[in-house]
Amino acid sequence: MKGASWKEYQKDIADDGYFYVRSCIRQNFFPGSEKAFLSILRNDLGKDIGEDLKHTSCTGIGYHTDIVPLETIMTVVARQFALMGEAGYENLTSSCITSFGIYTEMLETWHEFPETEERTREYLYKATGREFKKPKNVAHTSDVIYKHREEIAAKSKVRLVNAMTGEPLQVVEHIGCHYAKLFPKKGVGGSEFPYVLAGMIESWGGQVLDYPERRHCCGFGFRNYLVQANRGFSIANSQKKLESMSRYRPDFIVTNCPGCAMFLDKWQYTIAEMEGSIYGQDGKGIPVLTYEEMAGLVLGYDPWALGMQMHQVAVEPLLDKLGIDYDPAAKYLGRNGKYMGVPDQGAVNMNCTSQPYMRTL
Amino acid sequence: MPVDRSINWGYSISRPRAIDMDANDHDAASQLLRSLPELQACIACGCCVATCTAGNLTPFNFRKVHTLVRRGEYKGAYDELNKCMLCGKCRLCCPRGINTRGVVMAIKRILGEY
Amino acid sequence: MSGKVIVIGGGVAGMQAAATLLGMGHRPVILEKNTRIGGKLNDWHRLFPSLTPATEVLEQLKSRLDGVEVLTGTEVQAVGSGEVTTTDGRRLEADAVIIASGFEVFPAELKEEYGYTLYDNVYTTVDIERMFNEGRVCLANGAAPRSIAFLHCVGSRDEKVSQRHCSRVCCITGVKQAMEMKGLFPDAEVYNFYMDIRMFGPGYEEMYREAQEKYNIHFIRGRISEAGETQDRRVQIKAEDTLIGRPLKMTVDMLVLIVGMQAARSNVPFAGCEGIRLRPSGFLEPADSFCSNVCSGTPGVFYAGTATAPKNVGESINEGTAAAVKAAGYIESGKGDAGR
Repeated sequence: MKGASWKEYQKDIADDGYFYVRSCIRQNFFPGSEKAFLSILRNDLGKDIGEDLKHTSCTGIGYHTDIVPLETIMTVVARQFALMGEAGYENLTSSCITSFGIYTEMLETWHEFPETEERTREYLYKATGREFKKPKNVAHTSDVIYKHREEIAAKSKVRLVNAMTGEPLQVVEHIGCHYAKLFPKKGVGGSEFPYVLAGMIESWGGQVLDYPERRHCCGFGFRNYLVQANRGFSIANSQKKLESMSRYRPDFIVTNCPGCAMFLDKWQYTIAEMEGSIYGQDGKGIPVLTYEEMAGLVLGYDPWALGMQMHQVAVEPLLDKLGIDYDPAAKYLGRNGKYMGVPDQGAVNMNCTSQPYMRTL
Repeated sequence: MPVDRSINWGYSISRPRAIDMDANDHDAASQLLRSLPELQACIACGCCVATCTAGNLTPFNFRKVHTLVRRGEYKGAYDELNKCMLCGKCRLCCPRGINTRGVVMAIKRILGEY
Repeated sequence: MSGKVIVIGGGVAGMQAAATLLGMGHRPVILEKNTRIGGKLNDWHRLFPSLTPATEVLEQLKSRLDGVEVLTGTEVQAVGSGEVTTTDGRRLEADAVIIASGFEVFPAELKEEYGYTLYDNVYTTVDIERMFNEGRVCLANGAAPRSIAFLHCVGSRDEKVSQRHCSRVCCITGVKQAMEMKGLFPDAEVYNFYMDIRMFGPGYEEMYREAQEKYNIHFIRGRISEAGETQDRRVQIKAEDTLIGRPLKMTVDMLVLIVGMQAARSNVPFAGCEGIRLRPSGFLEPADSFCSNVCSGTPGVFYAGTATAPKNVGESINEGTAAAVKAAGYIESGKGDAGR
């Protein structure tokens, strides 16, 4: 991208010592991503990151669908902060974009209306006997990877370039709305030209695609998606983006929001089945990666260990482009080599070169 | 690829509501503006609608209809304009001197073939 | 009684003030921070609503400055009754001071959503005047535009960029440039996206109507929410057609941002000086808005032109005259009440 006004917006991101809070959606749909994030932080970057099994959902989905009241979510957030303190950490990093938005929103609310913080302290103490300190630093996990992107680049085993041609891969980056549209100053690069994923892509050899609907929401929208009858405009938003980006022939999409990754991936299947439209190259879908998966591939992690068999759109064409050596036959082998079963063929993963079980079973 | 129509998804993909200026056919609008160039001078004061005999009894909105036509949105315009009683009161109050009755007739004439 | 008057700023208001004082037998000195006088008019091609060449007005003003001392490259740090301190520490004494330090053009890149400086074919009204002056108006690839969108109120009436005021002259500038572009490119469709059309000056409303009826310029009421660049370097824009109540999207070859006037940053140090106050918008606040709208709160310090609020060229020149007359009265009355 030309110009660099986004570089003027930088935020503080803690360098080490993070308390990790997980994402409901990421855990369920991309469980390998959270595992990979912890491994990258601990094993590749040598950072101290801890978590507590007792931490819960931030209840953001319930909050945004009007079933969890403000006082409740504030108390839940306070409890996560209490667990952070008990574990001996001062910095919070959240896997979920919505949670990141929630933590930021609650801290800002407490700042603007100190009486709400006082009430929350009371509620938390009455309910759990716990007290809490506010985190020194709240960062999304993509911020943490962004901060260490050059270190990852230095250790990289794979670059985001086409192994056959040496050309940089064309990458669509998609930022979750609650990352910087709620509090633009809390996002690297601000809200219009966020740099958090673009920075990773550029550092690791890829090229960022700017397309007209880049800033458009994926359409998730909580209550819109959750009510079946409303899904029509949820999916229409993803379709608008896919149509706009497809003209640029992107090699893959990377998102920093668990919900966006899920929808941009799975709606491709739905649109293909409903209307027959496919947006990727050679009659295939556009692979959708989490930034943990992207970082993992760059660091040489095995794609199946990253959980990439969980994707709706098959990732093999991308792995081949990157020149990654992987075992096609191991795709549906889970932990300890246990066969997980194979999903039904869908339009967006059809014609894949490596669907060994489809052929053999 | 072939689509299996038997699946009941419980929803369908919503169509965009936006006026798509790229996709719209602007020929009829251009023809209208060539014949009555003063229509561009409408400042959307709404005086025509306020006084409209038909618009006070039905959802007919002359200002909105001609604005839509000028954007290339022709669907339903002809039928809408059938509600106009051609009383001419709107022309008396238009501060920009637009021949509003002429606009009604011109749109119907042009879009009659649409 | 003849006196020395320091005029801060060599734009239209400052030049007119100096010329008026000279004619009244006083000794004006113009302090201009740039290398030449003329101010923003140096960057303009033709002036609304008469389409008079900007050079014609400039030459006329300059021709009356024979004998006026002009110190270019001189920036002012502080102003007091009877003295001015420059940023390089010089202390200049005078019998009266006129602040005619002007405005700044709103930096359109702050409205990030429009992609100015990021996208090839997003321009500002200042760029268009420059292209007119250079005699070559075209897209980044040298081609003629077939569709042009103007967006009004960029950096005006927008609290997101701390510019809550109306810059007044942009509406008519947008109409003027739309007509000029249509004149240059008769086959192009020209769209003006506006919030309100404020035609405050004589001949402006007539020009607006001419743009609509004779030039067939499409006025669409609605603010563009964002611009994106397409693969072929065109600009995709989204707005609401608020008179219909539906979103509207289109792709144009060229997007022109009609930039507003913002308070000059040079006003900030003045605000620390006695009797000089800033409005919330950052422009200087005159002693009152009626009988003393070219007076500061300090005797012997006067205002002219866009230092106090957005104004057009004619109004700024008039204020140059008014401030000069007030300053002369102040000196001639032995620095008494006449200057207030």
